[in-house]
Amino acid sequence: MTTPVLEARDLARTYGRGPTRFDALKGVSLQVHQGESLAIVGKSGSGKSTLMHLLALLDKPSTGQVLLDGTDAATLGARQVNRTRNSTFGFVFQQFFLTPKTSVLDNVVLPLKIAGVSGAERKRRGMAALDSLGLADKAKNDANDLSGGQKQRVVIARALVGEPSVIFADEPTGNLDTNTGQVVEDMLFGLQRERGITLVVVTHDEELAARCDRSVNVRDGLIVGGSDGVPTAGAAVDQQATHGRHSA
Amino acid sequence: MNFLDLLRTAVANTFRSKLRTTLTVIAIFIGAFTITLTSAIGTGVSNYIDTQVSSIGDTGSLTITKAVDTASTDSGPAEYDPDESGQSVDRGPASFSYLSQSDVDDIRAIDGIESIRPAVALAPKYAEHGDHGKYVVSLTANAGELDADLASGKQLDDDTDANQVILPTNYLENLGLGSAKAAVGKELTFAVDDYQGKEHTLTATVVGVQNESLFGGGAGANAALTDAMQAAQEVGKPDSIATSYASATATLDSGASATTVKKALSDDGFLGQTIQDQLGQFQTVISGIVGVLNAFAVIALVAAGFGIINTLLMSVQERTREIGLMKAMGMGGGKVYTLFSLEAVFIGFLGSAIGAGVAILLGTGISNVLAGTVLKDLPGLQIMQFAPSSVATIILVVMFIAFLAGTLPARRAARQNPIEALRYE
Repeated sequence: MTTPVLEARDLARTYGRGPTRFDALKGVSLQVHQGESLAIVGKSGSGKSTLMHLLALLDKPSTGQVLLDGTDAATLGARQVNRTRNSTFGFVFQQFFLTPKTSVLDNVVLPLKIAGVSGAERKRRGMAALDSLGLADKAKNDANDLSGGQKQRVVIARALVGEPSVIFADEPTGNLDTNTGQVVEDMLFGLQRERGITLVVVTHDEELAARCDRSVNVRDGLIVGGSDGVPTAGAAVDQQATHGRHSA
Repeated sequence: MNFLDLLRTAVANTFRSKLRTTLTVIAIFIGAFTITLTSAIGTGVSNYIDTQVSSIGDTGSLTITKAVDTASTDSGPAEYDPDESGQSVDRGPASFSYLSQSDVDDIRAIDGIESIRPAVALAPKYAEHGDHGKYVVSLTANAGELDADLASGKQLDDDTDANQVILPTNYLENLGLGSAKAAVGKELTFAVDDYQGKEHTLTATVVGVQNESLFGGGAGANAALTDAMQAAQEVGKPDSIATSYASATATLDSGASATTVKKALSDDGFLGQTIQDQLGQFQTVISGIVGVLNAFAVIALVAAGFGIINTLLMSVQERTREIGLMKAMGMGGGKVYTLFSLEAVFIGFLGSAIGAGVAILLGTGISNVLAGTVLKDLPGLQIMQFAPSSVATIILVVMFIAFLAGTLPARRAARQNPIEALRYE
């Protein structure tokens, strides 16, 4: 049995205190394995985004642990957490968060720039990422002048450029029409399959969730069920070995 | 993110909101422009004075005046002393008593003083060269003690018995002496009234022509001419009239320290000043004026600092999501802080460099125009001089002010929580 890339143990996250106290997560355990695609499904306000933020080390749990390759994330220093988010994780958000008045290439290489990669290397890897998403000819355009689908592809290129092992996608198709959304989904699953990247998708779209290897349903801060997997983490491990890959 | 990338990103970010950056830069520009000009005036004037002083060199002489016994309201009027001169003279804010003959004797007795010569006022009625007409001139006694800044000819000789005179360049035309070169060697006739109103004439040779300067306000007489003219002035003076002097010039023993002699003089109630001291007073006044002007410029810069704070706060607000994204992608708070600080410093650099640059161009132009017109009578005076070190200091200080102004917005940016920032609409 391999160590899961990410593991959540009895995670709880509480916002505020006293009468305004709000329990976003009430004890969630979950394992994410290398190379699989996992959908976290739930309605808005269910706590699915909070769960993703905790897994992506963007937030700290009130109680419980997040394990990264078997190491408790709470033991990592701020610098190591930053480095992990920079090079191990890639992010695709519903909103594109592209910096306006800045070229597509500059937007894509932002994670490399933060990592301190040299200019020439940045350009090479940035162009390679854009090329793999069919956007090489748009490299010099202003990021704001692209269509929605192109923007989301730029965002995926940005998530890929650091060659991460896990990509977190928060409603990746939420802002796109059905056809474009389909193209973006194909790309994400294609990358997962070809490069063995682990994909964690947060969505309320059942169709998208169905394309993932596994999905968990979050409701009112608890995992209440899932497809092809089970609500609690322990049982999911045994199934992982025989778990079939999704084919797009 | 390495420093060069941070710097490049900061510069690029500054230009993303051009109008806002421009307005802030203008505010800093005004302050930096003003402070560059005022400090250039300070440099220009003090350089001019320094050149004047160094052209004189260390003369080893002191100008001695007597501190006046002021009848202060606290102690009442001062006691009468028959040996004291009753006259006093006001020089600007300071007031001096006249030196009596006994004062002159006292000063001569002080250690370190080789000789003392009371200042003599020469009052020629007119000067004339040939039949070119009579002109009113001012004539400085014993001018040979200071080396003149010569345009032609040579210095006055105090050891000769011949009457010599040195003239400023602006006297030549009216007196009909021609060019500076042509004037040297020509004869000049001075007329002076004696004590009873009878006119005497004296003849002197022009030995040199001097450039106009702070000291070159008139003609200068050598010792022989001074003595001759004084003798003529005092013809018919009753013995009972005591002579008193506004000031005296003392020559120091070679090797005597001016500081020690000045100390001894002040203990005896006299004030001894070297030529450098006298110019120092002048310089103090100018430094005071420049200081006040600089203070106004600093006020402008402080106001501009608040402009930077405002600009960057708006920028942080606008770029909340961008900051959130960078932090989510693993950019540390320290780097975010550095990024925004660099933006502030860069805005400060733009404003101060452009301000200083325009000030240098404009100031040099104005200075050259003034030197050729209003200040023509003071050759060598460039009213504004831009010392590279002071311009660099101004730019650095402005950048530092900008950095200070940037700390508040930069801290706010650095403390952004990535999740909150990404949710921000």
